[in-house]
Amino acid sequence: MTEAILPAGAIDCDVHPVVPGIAALVPYLDAYWQEMIDVRGIEGFESRAYPPMAPMSARADWRGPDGRAAESVEPVRRQLFDQWGEGGAILNCLYGIQTIHDLSLAAAMARAVNDWLAAEWLAIEPRFRASIVLPLQSPELAVEEIERRAADKRFVQVLALVMGEQPLGQRAYWPVWAAAERHGLPLAIHTGSAYRRAITALGWPSSWLEDYVDQAQAFQAQVGSLVSHGVFNRFPGLKVVLSESGITWLPAFLWRFSKNWRGLRIEIPWVERPPIEIVRDHFRLTLQPIDAPDGATFERIIDQLGSDEMLLFSTDYPHWQLDGDQPMPDWLPAGTRRKIAVDNPRATYPRLGEVPSGGDR
Amino acid sequence: MSLDTVDDVLVESRGEARAERTRPVRSTIVDCDVHPTVRTAKDLEPYLARRWWDHFTTYGLRPKHGNATADPYPKAQPRAARRDAWAPNGDQPGSNLAFMREHYLDPYGVECGILSPLNPTGQGDQNIDFSIAMTHAVNDWQLDVFTRLEPRFKASIVIPYEDGEASAREIELRAGTADFAQVLFLTRTSEPIGKRRYWPIFEAAAHHGVPVALHVFGYSGHPVSGTGWPSYYIEEMTGHSAACQAAVASLVLEGVFERFPELKVVIIEGGFGWLPSLTWRLDRHWQKLGAEVPGCRRPPSEYIREHIWITTQPIEEPEDTADLIQTMEWIGWDRLLFATDYPHWDFDDPMRALPRGLDPANRRKIEAENARALFKLG
Repeated sequence: MTEAILPAGAIDCDVHPVVPGIAALVPYLDAYWQEMIDVRGIEGFESRAYPPMAPMSARADWRGPDGRAAESVEPVRRQLFDQWGEGGAILNCLYGIQTIHDLSLAAAMARAVNDWLAAEWLAIEPRFRASIVLPLQSPELAVEEIERRAADKRFVQVLALVMGEQPLGQRAYWPVWAAAERHGLPLAIHTGSAYRRAITALGWPSSWLEDYVDQAQAFQAQVGSLVSHGVFNRFPGLKVVLSESGITWLPAFLWRFSKNWRGLRIEIPWVERPPIEIVRDHFRLTLQPIDAPDGATFERIIDQLGSDEMLLFSTDYPHWQLDGDQPMPDWLPAGTRRKIAVDNPRATYPRLGEVPSGGDR
Repeated sequence: MSLDTVDDVLVESRGEARAERTRPVRSTIVDCDVHPTVRTAKDLEPYLARRWWDHFTTYGLRPKHGNATADPYPKAQPRAARRDAWAPNGDQPGSNLAFMREHYLDPYGVECGILSPLNPTGQGDQNIDFSIAMTHAVNDWQLDVFTRLEPRFKASIVIPYEDGEASAREIELRAGTADFAQVLFLTRTSEPIGKRRYWPIFEAAAHHGVPVALHVFGYSGHPVSGTGWPSYYIEEMTGHSAACQAAVASLVLEGVFERFPELKVVIIEGGFGWLPSLTWRLDRHWQKLGAEVPGCRRPPSEYIREHIWITTQPIEEPEDTADLIQTMEWIGWDRLLFATDYPHWDFDDPMRALPRGLDPANRRKIEAENARALFKLG
C-alpha cells in the first residue's frame, strides 16, 4: 500500500466494472431472451460513450493483454483496496442499457446487469457496493427494477446517464424518484449519453474529446431541470450525485441560474428558494475528473460553492483520470480529504452503514 | 460626479434610480449588444425582391421549431423587453431611432452601440434562399434606418450562416463599409460551428479583419440540451451559455484558429462565468486526448486567450462580488466587452452592472477601451 494519503475507510464513489461481453450476461437472462440473443445474433450493447480502446476508457497500465480493463473483481480489488487502501467502492456499470430502443429488451438487460453485479462482484468482494442500473427509457420498468433489487442493501444508489430520453426533472420520471427516495437510494447522474439526439445545442461534434468536454453542458441542463420542475419539493429526501461531471462549471452555472430565477420565477413559482441553495442541499459531485488547473484554483472553486459537504471522493477507475500512484491529490488538506473520502459519502449514502473498513481482508 | 459616486447614490436610493441615470456621467461606453428591430415587417419590403416579400407574407419565418409566430418558450414579459422601452407613439422597443436616442444613447453615455438584429432576420430559416435574401435585406435596412442617421450606431453583417459560400459573399459585399463592425451568427447553428461548412465565413471575416460575433439564441433543430427539450423558459435561457460552451469547444478543437490565425470571435449574451471552467476542462482533456484532434496543435487555453472576446451581459451575480472579479481576472481584462442588451428586460445598466471594487483602469477597459481596439473605433 502506498503512503496513506487516503484516510481510513475512504469510499470511492465512482468505479466502473466493465461487462466483458454479452456472453457474460446471458446466464442472467430468462430463457426467451437467451434464445433471442442466440437466434438473432445480438452482439451486445457496449456504449459508444466509452469505446473500450479509447485512451480515457482505461489507464494504460490498468489494461490487460487484450487492452480491456476492469472486467473482473481481481484487478479492481488489487488496485482499489490493496494498492490504495480504500475502505469501499461504489460500482457504476456503464453498459449501454439506456441505448436500447426495445423497452422489454432494455428491462431484461438491466436485470441481467444488476444480477451479474450482485453475483460476480458484490458476492465476491464485500467492500463493493453498486448502483442499480435502470431501463430509464420506461419509467414504469425502471420502478419495477428498483423494487426488484431494493431489498439488497448492497445496492446503494440508482444510476442514470446524463443524456437519456428527456430532462430528468420532467414528471414522467417522478415515480422513479419516488421509489429511489422511498428506499434511501440517491440518484447518480453519470457522464454518458443514450445518443437519442445530438449532444450539444449545435449538433454532433466531430471528436470523442469534444463529446467528452461537452458532457458538462448536459449536467448543467439536468441541474436546471430537476430544480425548475420542483423535484425537491416533492421528494425532499432525494439526493443527486453528479458523477464524473467535473466540478468547476458548477459555481458559474449556479450564479446564472440563480440570477435567472430572480428574474423569471413567476414561471416556476413552486421554486421558492434560490437554486444555489437547493443545489447545496440536494446535489453532490464525485471528485474525478478534477478539472481545475491547480490546487489553488480548485480550492477557490470549492469556496465558491459555499459548502464543504458536496464533494465525494472518486477515482473513476479504470478511466484514465489519475496519473501516478496516488488516488487523491496530495495538495488537498488532510481535513478536506477526510471530509470528502469518508464523512460526505456516509452522509450521502444511508445504505453505506455496513461497509467494512479497509484492510479487513 | 464620479461613477463610483453615482453607484453609491443608486444603491442608497433605488427609487430615484431613473432620475439619477439621466445625469451626465464621467465616462462613456461602447455597448456591444443593442437590438434594433422593425416597426412592422413592412419596413423590410423595400429591401426584398417581390418573390421574397411574397414568400415572407405568405409563409412567414420558418426557423426549426413548431410555433408559427411566437417563440416556443414564452418569455416572461412582452417581447422580452423593458416595460419602458416602447416609444411614446407605440413603436416597439428598438424600432424608433429618435426614442432610442432619448431613452438609451444619451442617458447611458453610449459612444458606440453595436447593433445585433435578432428578429426578423431570416437567420437559421429552413429555406436557405429566403435566408440569403432576408439577411441581405436586413443589412441594407440597418444602414438606412440606423447607421446612416446615427453615427453612434454600428451595424452587424447578418449572414445566412447555414450556407457558408453565400455568407462569405455577403461579407465580401459589406466588409468594406465602415458602418459594419462585425459578422453576426446566432450561437445555435445546425452543426457545431467549427465544422468545415462554416469555414468560408471565417476565411472571409479573417481576410477583412472583421470580428465574428456569436449571439445566443437561434433554433438549430437540436434541443438546447443533449438530453432533450426542457420545459421552461428559464431552462432554455440558462441553457444559452451551454450552447456558447459547445461553440467555443468546437472552434478550438476543429482547429479553426490554427487555420485562420487572424480570426477574432466575440461571444454575446451568454454571460462569461462559464469560460474559465470550459478552458480548464478543454486543456485537461486535450493534454491526454489531443492526438485525436490534430487541427488543435496548442493547449486550447492559448487559442481562447488569443482569439475570444466576450461580452459581460447578462452579468453573473455571485453571492460574493470578489468571485466575479476573480472570474474576470481568469478570462483577462483585455477580453471583456461591456454590453447592455438594450432594450431587453435583462438589460445591464452601465452604472450599476459592473462589480464594485473593480480597479478603475480595468473598468475602463471593459466599458470602452477593449471594444475600441477590437472594432477599430474612432
